[in-house]
Amino acid sequence: MASIHIDGLTKVYPGGVTAIDGLDLTIEDGSFFALLGPSGCGKTTLLRTIAGLEAVSAGTIHIAERDVTVLPPGDRNVAMVFQDYALFPHMSVNENIAYPLRIKKTGRSERTLKATETGTALGLEALMERRPAELSGGQQQRVALARAMACQPSVFLLDEPLSNLDARLRLEARSFLKRLQRELGVTTVFVTHDQSEALAMADQIAVMEKGRIRQLGTPSEIFRSPSNTFVANFIGSTPMNLLPGVLRGGTLRVGSASVGREAAGELAAWSAGAVDSGEVTVAFRPEYARVDGDGPLRFTGTVETLENLGASVLVTVRTGDDQRVQAVVPEGEEVDVGAGVHVAPVPGRILVYDARGELLRP
Amino acid sequence: MSAATIDAAGLGRRRAMLLVAPALILITAFLVIPALWTVYLGVTDYRLTGIQAANPQFVGLDNYRAALVDPAFRNALWLTLVFVFGSAIVGQTGAGFALAWTLRSVPKIVRTVVQTLVLLAWILPSSIVAFLWVAYLSRDDGTLNAILHTGGTDWLLAHPMLSIIVFNTWRGTAFSMLLFSAALGAVPPSQLEAARLSGAGTFAQLRDVVVPHIRGHVLTNTLLISLWTFNDFSPYLLTAGGPNHASEVLPVFIYNEALYGGQLGYGSAISFIMLFINLVIALFYVRLLRERR
Repeated sequence: MASIHIDGLTKVYPGGVTAIDGLDLTIEDGSFFALLGPSGCGKTTLLRTIAGLEAVSAGTIHIAERDVTVLPPGDRNVAMVFQDYALFPHMSVNENIAYPLRIKKTGRSERTLKATETGTALGLEALMERRPAELSGGQQQRVALARAMACQPSVFLLDEPLSNLDARLRLEARSFLKRLQRELGVTTVFVTHDQSEALAMADQIAVMEKGRIRQLGTPSEIFRSPSNTFVANFIGSTPMNLLPGVLRGGTLRVGSASVGREAAGELAAWSAGAVDSGEVTVAFRPEYARVDGDGPLRFTGTVETLENLGASVLVTVRTGDDQRVQAVVPEGEEVDVGAGVHVAPVPGRILVYDARGELLRP
Repeated sequence: MSAATIDAAGLGRRRAMLLVAPALILITAFLVIPALWTVYLGVTDYRLTGIQAANPQFVGLDNYRAALVDPAFRNALWLTLVFVFGSAIVGQTGAGFALAWTLRSVPKIVRTVVQTLVLLAWILPSSIVAFLWVAYLSRDDGTLNAILHTGGTDWLLAHPMLSIIVFNTWRGTAFSMLLFSAALGAVPPSQLEAARLSGAGTFAQLRDVVVPHIRGHVLTNTLLISLWTFNDFSPYLLTAGGPNHASEVLPVFIYNEALYGGQLGYGSAISFIMLFINLVIALFYVRLLRERR
């Protein structure tokens, strides 16, 4: 019902900065959708144009099959939770939650009742008479969510919902938001620059760069097969290994290491595709690289640094070709700095990008 | 706490006194002594000329009693209240806020030009702007008459209070505009946007977000401009209090009584009454400000 269709959307700021560049996007009804990208990629601008806080330069926005492109924010039936929550400091929690109802001329007793109901659903029943300044960050966020929920909008927009919380609370809020979204079933779009947040919460992720969508997919699609080197670089808590290589005659060469398409196995998407791409970028995640493991593609080098990640250790190996390759090994299986090792990526996890940075697909 | 522990600069009391002495001497000579002198004159029958000029007599509170029953004084007090209410509380606050609010969303060049013009009205010397306004409102070939096609209307004679109220609004709006611009800059944009997303129009945004945020600024601004307007002498330059005392606000009344009428004692007493009213206004606002917290 409340899906969002965006067609050829362009936003150029006065002064000539193009924040969104001819963007098409469909967000399905009831999905939890993440707009992910580095700062300045246009993700917040996109969210604000959906909300109606920014006028579009070209293109259209439909919410629930209704053209809202030029409607004022209040007429779009959307609710937004701001990064700083934007609670009104002089109003109590109850008044804050009831504010949208007050603007819609709902009677006092009815809106107080409704606000209490919504507040109770979010565990705020003991705080209804307090002022926002008397609440913790997590509580303030719940009040902002309750205010957004109170008028039962067809779309929720969340701007960096977790960035104002401390690290511990962030994990709690993540699970809470995900549960809440599933229970309410309302189409929700959120903006984040944190790939782990997007992977953890969203059903669908759009990775953005310079006002365009670079990849649209489920978290696992985006994590497993980033469709270009930008996404490959951006996604993952440890940076992806990106090494220059050559693909010729069905054989992939990276420095002195090489692998034929037969040896790469059925799982490697590139092996079924082009055989002569020339200059390529070979990518694999440190999580899918084995130290002193066997594999068709093996890098030989010495251990340069070890970084403790808690349950695992990130090993950086400097190869004979002067490349750096990283691998994650479980805690307790560390190698010594300076030791000579082999690093081999799991065959099915090797990704190959052509000279333009696009993934080679079968 | 001993003196030594708070003497952070290590000056010693004597040298510290030496450094503040010039300022204290100037303040004493030009502020404290004249003020005390005024208080003293207020209880005498001191005149500019005549026998009481040479030998003023102590008359106690006679001047104050005379003022309270003097219809001219009551007229001046009433006109001053009208002047303050019309030009400061309504005119400058209203125009200043309207300008500050509107200028947020116009191109930078428009904002700069408008702000410069408004500021110019504020910083030009009184004598110059008074001359401009006399020319503007003049009966013969005045600009306003040319615009409105109301040739032959002498605005300063026909509408003296309206003239000085409009003049003072024009003259002093810059301060309110600057203060409100700064205050509006401190209103979190996300709160205005949250209100807009709830469907709030401009009026509801002002009522629910802007005013609660800038209430303190409104009070401070109103206090300052009411005091300045209350004590403002520049209406004299336009109407000299006339015609027939129709625009004789208190500072003008004092000037006319003390210097034209020569009654320095009476004028001093009324000055003291004005000082008292200033204090009452200030206390009123300070109390309002405190209640807010």
